[in-house]
Amino acid sequence: MNRMLYLEDISVSFDGFKALNALTLYIDAGELRCVIGPNGAGKTTMMDVITGKTRPDAGSAWFGQTTDLLKLTEPEIAEAGIGRKFQKPTVFEQHTVAENLQLAVAGNKSLWATLFAPLSAKQRERIDEVLETIRLQDRRDIRAGALSHGQKQWLEIGMLLAQEPRLLLVDEPVAGMTPQEVERTAELLLSLAGKHSVMVVEHDMDFVRSIANKVTVLHEGRVLAEGTIDDVQADPRVVEVYLGQ
Amino acid sequence: MPSKHPLVELIAGERGTAIFLAVLVVVCVIVPVLHALPESSALHLSTYTMTLIGKYMTYALLAVAVDLIWGYCGILSLGHAAFFALGGYAMGMYLMRQIGTRGVYGDPLLPDFMVFLNWKELPWFWHGFDMFWFAALMVIVVPGLLALGFGWLAFRSRVTGVYLSIITQALTYALMLAFFRNDMGLGGNNGLTDFKEILGAPINAPSTRVALFVVSAAALAFGYLACRYLTISRAGRVVQAIRDAESRARFIGYRVERYKLGVFVFSAVLAGIAGALYVPQVGIINPSEFQPINSIEVVIWVAVGGRGTLYGAVAGAVLVNYAKSYFTAALPEFWLYALGAMFVAVTLFLPRGVVGLRKAAPA
Repeated sequence: MNRMLYLEDISVSFDGFKALNALTLYIDAGELRCVIGPNGAGKTTMMDVITGKTRPDAGSAWFGQTTDLLKLTEPEIAEAGIGRKFQKPTVFEQHTVAENLQLAVAGNKSLWATLFAPLSAKQRERIDEVLETIRLQDRRDIRAGALSHGQKQWLEIGMLLAQEPRLLLVDEPVAGMTPQEVERTAELLLSLAGKHSVMVVEHDMDFVRSIANKVTVLHEGRVLAEGTIDDVQADPRVVEVYLGQ
Repeated sequence: MPSKHPLVELIAGERGTAIFLAVLVVVCVIVPVLHALPESSALHLSTYTMTLIGKYMTYALLAVAVDLIWGYCGILSLGHAAFFALGGYAMGMYLMRQIGTRGVYGDPLLPDFMVFLNWKELPWFWHGFDMFWFAALMVIVVPGLLALGFGWLAFRSRVTGVYLSIITQALTYALMLAFFRNDMGLGGNNGLTDFKEILGAPINAPSTRVALFVVSAAALAFGYLACRYLTISRAGRVVQAIRDAESRARFIGYRVERYKLGVFVFSAVLAGIAGALYVPQVGIINPSEFQPINSIEVVIWVAVGGRGTLYGAVAGAVLVNYAKSYFTAALPEFWLYALGAMFVAVTLFLPRGVVGLRKAAPA
């Protein structure tokens, strides 16, 4: 299988606290991977490292064979093909749904281009496609701030898609969603796997069960267990961490 | 997107903008006409009043520049009067060089204050300012370069919010102290004044005043439209996205620092142009223009008018300065209290400023 993301021996510490402790993790091309773990396990810090927000103290992070993530800034990493959805839905609330997607859509993002070049036909097509995928066609011209919580989450996933990333990092996509919304989100994420690599961080075990074939459990900044959801849930170390026996 | 012609969208795509441009055109025609009436006529407009309106227009351009950076990009600059003053100084240096032998000391090369300080030679940075084109270029280049250097350092280090506001205050304060010194070679605390001519025309002649008035109005119109173009372009949406969620904008691939820097420099250049048009109309530029309070006042104009609209900035600049002209004549010791009260009242009751009233009122 083709590997997409290589994290090897990544360590990050904040004032002596080891948020990540020699973490090693690989993601394959087209894979949908769930990452779970108790609070403070290092899930968000790991995403921060991948997207360039936090620089690790040690270790290496490669995207594909040729891209050293530790040498790039956030926008460069985005350009290289890694998109991120935050824990709290952060869409641009003052902009309309369509404008949010226009902002995200792949293309030249320099000041010069956005000042003088209109969107290309291909970009506009892409935006329509994404609107359809996230089922917000009839909401395209309303302000994103007026969307429901679930719709904001979808819009944010839609913005990721419009970026046409090869790897999507999705942080707690179903927090605060109704059961119907959770179901639709699961469908959405499943439909993305294959075309993209997707890494989902989630607490909701039922949701994880409904989408993942492979699960990674983080604990105290390193990988505790990896495997199918059943294997992982049967692992006594995982049970101990989760139930605190 | 409703597909209107871009130029139509630019000028009339929004009611506030259309009203502002219409008012500006009317003022620009009526004021010189009324001024041309004989003085015996009841409708005659004095040169003083026309120049006052011209001065308001330069303030309005400064306010538009601040609204662009604050209202749209979320950068609260409390140092924009510094760029205004630098543009003013560049123009003032040109006007000083035009005095020639008509100064008190009659020195063909050195301005009076240098003769007074017993200087023998023109400092290097005064060369070139005898040519209008060079001075006009400096009006743009000096504030632009300062904003570029300052902004590059500040934005690259991700200085934001109140910290950025404080260092912009420090910037204008430092410049004030520097310009107060006589050995800066820019007239010390007296500044530059006693101008005689601009482009060969006597600076106090009514016809020159009309020309300055019209040029100020044109500069305001062009500056406004340039800002409006920027805000409705895709770049404008990016800038507002940066204002609302900076790190998100970064993660979808925008080089936030470059956008901020671009807007900051452009805004500083507009402020410089405003300052350059202000100086020949008021006849003096001195270091008090760099006072920190001046920059804060501009922010109050924008807040009073309504930020993030551009036309609100114009309305605020005119309203507050009209009130200032009135108060400083009628109740001078009362002005600063009135200004403070106005700011507090707007913050509490009109978060979208005076122009927000129209939107807030039920249709």
